[in-house]
Formats: sequence, C-alpha cells, structure tokens
Amino acid sequence: MIFDEMACRCGEWLRGSGPESDIVMSSRIRLARNLAEYPFIRRCNDFDRANIEVSVRERLEQSGDFDDFTFISVAELDNLDRQLLVERQLISRELSDAEGARAVAIDEAERISLMINEEDHLRLQVMKSGLDLDEAWQQINAVDDNVEQQLNYAFHPDLGYLTACPTNVGTGMRVSVMLHLPALVIAGQIDKVFNSLQKINLTVRGLYGEGSQAMGDFYQISNQVTLGKSEESLVEHVGSIVPSVISYERKARDVLIKDGNHDLFDQVSRAYGLLQNAQQISSEETMHLLSKVRMGINLGLIGDLEIPEVNKLFIQTQPAHLQKLRGGLPDSANRNRARASYLHRHLKRPKFGEDPAESN
Amino acid sequence: MKCQKCDKLATFHITDLSGDQLLALHLCAECVKEYLQPEETPPASTKVVSNVISKQLKLEQTTEELAELDHKECPVCGISFYEFRQGGRLGCPNDYVFFANELEPLLNNVHGSVEHVGKKPMRGPHDTQPQTELIKLRREMKEAVDLEDYELASELRDRIKSVEGESQP
Ligand SMILES: [Zn+2]
Ligand SMILES: [Zn+2]
Repeated sequence: MIFDEMACRCGEWLRGSGPESDIVMSSRIRLARNLAEYPFIRRCNDFDRANIEVSVRERLEQSGDFDDFTFISVAELDNLDRQLLVERQLISRELSDAEGARAVAIDEAERISLMINEEDHLRLQVMKSGLDLDEAWQQINAVDDNVEQQLNYAFHPDLGYLTACPTNVGTGMRVSVMLHLPALVIAGQIDKVFNSLQKINLTVRGLYGEGSQAMGDFYQISNQVTLGKSEESLVEHVGSIVPSVISYERKARDVLIKDGNHDLFDQVSRAYGLLQNAQQISSEETMHLLSKVRMGINLGLIGDLEIPEVNKLFIQTQPAHLQKLRGGLPDSANRNRARASYLHRHLKRPKFGEDPAESN
Repeated sequence: MKCQKCDKLATFHITDLSGDQLLALHLCAECVKEYLQPEETPPASTKVVSNVISKQLKLEQTTEELAELDHKECPVCGISFYEFRQGGRLGCPNDYVFFANELEPLLNNVHGSVEHVGKKPMRGPHDTQPQTELIKLRREMKEAVDLEDYELASELRDRIKSVEGESQP
C-alpha cells in the first residue's frame, strides 16, 4: 500500500532545502474551483458528490496530463490513512472529516494535491520547500490550465472564479508561507508581528489548521483578499512581506545569541536532552522540543544533527505516522512510549551524555 | 532616549512591521502597554461572512424587509438567504447573480473590490451562467422522482442528457 511507503519518506515541504529554509519551512498556493454544472458542496446530494468525484477523475485520467498522479477515494480510507494524509498536509482536516464521496489526487513528488469535494468541488494545491512562491505559482497555474481543458469552471465575467464562500471568490487563491519563528516567540514579539500583518490584510495561523494554537512555533502567513487583485500581485504581496518577517526573526536570534542568553542555551540543551532520553512523550511535547532543537541547529548550538533529520522526526513522530511505522499502537500511552524509543534511537549520539551545547 | 508618544524615558525598543518596511519604535513602559494591546483577532471566514451580513442588514432593512429577504430562495439550487446567512456558504454559482445586491456590500467589505482582475479560463465560456440550467433540471428531476411523477422525470432526464452533451468540453 502506498501509505506505508509514504510514512517512511519526508515529502516536499519537509525536505528542509530551498531559499531561506532555516526559517521558511514551506511555500504553498491553493486555488479554489467549482464545476459550473453542479451546486456548491453544501447543496450537493450524495448523487451529485459521487458524480463529481467520478467525472473529475475520469476526465483528468483520460487527458494524459495527470499520469503521475495517484487518485485516492478518501471515503474508502480508514481513519489512520486519512490522518496520515492530513499530517502530510496532502488533504485538509475538513476533507478528512467530511462525509460522502470525496477524493484526492497526489503527484509522485507529493508537491501537488488536488482535493475533490472539499469546501469547493476542487482545491488545487502546490507545496514547495523553503521560500519559492513564484515557482509555486507557475506550477499550480499550469495544473489549473490542464484541469480547465477538461472541465467547465464556474466563472462570472465580473467576479471571476465562483466559490462556495464569498471570501474566496475572484482568484480563489490562497498564498501561504509557513515560518519557524522560535526567537520571536522567546523575545515576546510574536503578537506584535501578527498585529502588524493583520493591518495589511494578511492572516496568521498556527501549523495544522484554523484557530489551532501554533505547534512548535510554526506559523502560516497568507493573503486575506482574493478579489480585485491579480494572482501575480497576491503572490507579490505575500512574497514581499515574508523577507521582513525573516529578518525580524534573524535579528531576534542575533540578539539572543549576542546577549549570551543563558535561558536560550538552557532551553536548547534541555530540549535535546529530553528528546534523547524521555521514556514516554506526547506528540505536542515532541513538536515543542524539536522546535527548540531546530533553532539550536540553526544557531550553531547543536553540531551533530542536521535540519532534514529534524524535519523527518517532526513528521514521523505524528500519531498516524508513528502508527504506520511501528504498526498497531492504537492507544496514546503506548504511542507515547513508542515515540520516545523512536526518538531515542534516532537521536542517540556517540558522545551521549555530554552536553551538546558545550561541545560547540 | 525619550518615548516617542510622551516625554518619559523610553525603555522599550521595538521593531514594528507596518506596511512593507521595518519601523523602529522607542516607547516608555506605559505607552508600550497601550501599543502592544492585542487587537481583536479576525474570526474565521464563516463568522466574517455572517457578521458582515447581519451588520449590513440591520443598517439597511426594517424587520419586515429582513424577514422577506430571509425567505428569498435561489430558483436554481433552492438555498434561502437565511440559510446562506447562517452557514456563510452559498448554494450554487447562480447565487452570485440572484443575491447580487445583497452580496455586493459583503464583497466590498471583505475584498475592497467587486471586480475580478486576475486569470480567466482559456477555453470555454467566460460566463457559465447558462450551465446553471443543469443544476436546476437535476433538482427538478429529483423532485419529480420523489413525487413519483416518472413521466416528468424521464422528460427531464432527456433534457439533462442533451444539455450535458452541449456543455461537455
Ligand atoms: Zn510614553
Ligand atoms: Zn443557488
């Protein structure tokens, strides 16, 4: 089954490379599209939903442009496989938890995913490692062109692409950049940054979904407006503000280092030590500690671990991934022990017992 | 250094992101509190929609007009304005035409614009209003089946087939 293979790999957005990848985890663009001949999802009956899934799939498969995509009927998956796709950000929680016919098509590199019967009939999404919005836009634009050859998109001459929610109408486009901002959090500046971003029509969210508390100091910045601006200018708007946030985070890191911030050194060392030696550990705590370790590597405080390895641990210690890799483990107590032993195995170093911060 | 807002000693030095550039701020302990006061965070999109709509409606309609508007139903998908107002999601592409007057202030409020200036489909019609006919026919067919009016249902099925044939890309 493809899901078992998937769990062993990292996927595009955790590759840990690309421009500014010490702070920018990933760039993502999604387009919301609907078919002209069907009601929007909330007014679809079971028959409509099934029809949409089948006809989209058939037409895209026949076109030959989607040969390296795997089509997955999400309704037929068990909870674990659905959760795995959510953790990999290939489907949204909304698509996972919905009822009725729904599907996703994923390209081999896990860069592009096409969700069918989400809030809109189609959600086309591309993810890139690091800060790479222009390339992301070119890719998803090309995918959109290919889909559009096969299907009639609901389109209005004045309002553009019509979407189920009026907040997405026009371009249907959401440009997001996921940033790792631990130093701004430590410096107590994060709310300030967010307030400023909101003033210029950008939204900030934590990792894994709407409203959720930021996990491991990961934050997603995206555009709010979708109508009245071209796709290029939306890309430009988000893309122009991210470097400021990056430099802000870098300044905060510099200050922490220059001040010889012992709290910081202590936090990094403790985090590393805990991850290496814990006997049981939740995924939230793991995320929180890995975030500190990730920052420690970027600041040169940890020398015997690489960013891609940490990124791999981020994804593989998530509940569904852990269950896939270890088999079984339905209850969280067992999972917490398995997670700790997994971390222990991957983080054990020859110089074990020595304070990693001191060795630098 | 003096506080930028009053004359007390500035003990807080903040870098602010306003517009596209970094801005250095020097504030005293009192002014910084006011400055850092977290603003109201924007609610999720559903709430945005229903908040804006209800504000707009209260300003412009009387209670009777509002009740009447709530009963207004899209002839294509059958969604009522009340349902949209509650859920924040529209029922079909035709709603953008049928509820155009009600949606305009909402779109202006959320996007600051009511005109798309981005990408257009390369192929096919740049106005898919005629295709909403299929949505209506399918709904009527289902209603006919539910009422066991099989004659009407099969008539509708034939019309759906022919319209579908025309609109295939
Ligand atoms: Zn002052
Ligand atoms: Zn409608």
